[in-house]
Amino acid sequence: MRFAPCSSLAAALALALIGCGGGGEPGAGQKPELTVSAAASLTEALGTYAEQFPPARVRLSFAGSDELAAQIRRGVKPDVFAAANTDLPQELAREGLVEPPVVFATNTLVLAVPAGSDIDSLDDLVAPGRRLVIGAPSVPVGKYTRKVLARLGPERARRILAGVRSEEPDVKGVVAKVAGGAADAGFVYRTDALAAGDRVRAIALPARLKPDGSYGVAVVKGSSQARVAQQYVSGLRSGAGARALREAGFGAPPP
Amino acid sequence: MSGGVAFRAALLVALTATLLFLTVPLVAIFVDAGPAELMRSLGEPGAREALLLSLETTLTALLVIVVIGAPAAYLLATRSFRGRSMVITLVELPLVLPPAVAGIALLAALGPQGVLGGLVEGAGVDLVFETAGVVVALVFVAAPFFLSQAQAAFAAVDRSLLEASRTLGASEAVTFVRVVVPTALPGLASGVALAWGRALGEFGATLIFAGSLAGVTRTTPLAIYAFVATDLDAALALAAVLIAVSGALLLSVKLVAGRRGPLVAWR
Repeated sequence: MRFAPCSSLAAALALALIGCGGGGEPGAGQKPELTVSAAASLTEALGTYAEQFPPARVRLSFAGSDELAAQIRRGVKPDVFAAANTDLPQELAREGLVEPPVVFATNTLVLAVPAGSDIDSLDDLVAPGRRLVIGAPSVPVGKYTRKVLARLGPERARRILAGVRSEEPDVKGVVAKVAGGAADAGFVYRTDALAAGDRVRAIALPARLKPDGSYGVAVVKGSSQARVAQQYVSGLRSGAGARALREAGFGAPPP
Repeated sequence: MSGGVAFRAALLVALTATLLFLTVPLVAIFVDAGPAELMRSLGEPGAREALLLSLETTLTALLVIVVIGAPAAYLLATRSFRGRSMVITLVELPLVLPPAVAGIALLAALGPQGVLGGLVEGAGVDLVFETAGVVVALVFVAAPFFLSQAQAAFAAVDRSLLEASRTLGASEAVTFVRVVVPTALPGLASGVALAWGRALGEFGATLIFAGSLAGVTRTTPLAIYAFVATDLDAALALAAVLIAVSGALLLSVKLVAGRRGPLVAWR
């Protein structure tokens, strides 16, 4: 940490390896290149939006939001950071790494089970031998899951969490374990359960648990494409991006 | 004359560039973390737990690989039969598979809904989300490294030694234990070291097949990934240990092989 030159060297190497370098290859056309680091749960929606964003060629890099935030802290500079919560972009904004974030979508935590499962509610999770998979505490989905379950009261939350058999590094890992039948249930966003198609059934959580969460997006400070990045962010709130998000099952941001 | 100098200079530049590119990131980890922070981070329970789990699972996997792999490699090295090269190719295939593919393949075969899932369950064994599942993933990805080395080592054993042993009345099994294994030991040892190195670094197959839970399935590479976002110092410390151990393993391979001529090539 204390050896600044080496830190930036490591960051430069990470940059080269991950390929978030920005800056188009020669001969790639006149369009600027926009690098967007986005939460894994945005994979489908932002993939659609990328094809409907004429001002730039959009390069998407998906991972757990915490992973992406850690990359930005290490000097990797995408143009836009879209997270599965508002805490991470707000933290980065306080650290002077990104512009003030805005909420662009909401998502709902659901209980995902394999299509043929006999699980119908949270109560069914307490049976012995249940294999439950959740997100790691560092990723937004894992944090939401713990927060929402905590509203059940400590005793019930503890009994449900006792069935946790794996803490996945991003939400897609949770979906994969449920869709593949390795796990009996997992807590994921509604959009991820939808994207998994027939293999996964989503069970809504009681409204009193307030399972809704907000997604925050910010332009990264020092972006060479700041204007286009701002356009991209606006399109997420209203425009092609917003349409793609609604199609994928995301809720509209509060006005 | 000057052309020769230029060529030699070009070689030197190429080697320097290669060396820098391959070593700077590794050195950066040690510089970035600093010895004091390294020691502190290694004291954290999550880090120690992961290292111990890595030790336990890789050693178990190695035991399985050697006990079953050595005789299998001996058969492949000493007998010719129809379809032998096909068998060798199949056995080496996991070498070139991306780890994620290995994980999905294991899930498709041994997972609860896999083709052999019923068999596994019927035997009362739990693999997915269990330490045993980590061992299975490690054996799958690391065994080919040992098998190809062991095969080459067995093939290089002088036939006249075997004949002498047999003339002296030793059975084939006794010859294998008393003559073949000791003669092939350097090659077998480097196979063990390579397989161990591969197993220590295993990430994708473990995550997909066995999951990631502290103390149960979260081996060192998975812990590094989990720590990157929350405790970078701990991630760096674990990475440094992994580099040091892997480096020591590689060095031991070179030393063992150096005693007996060049390392037998593994394709």
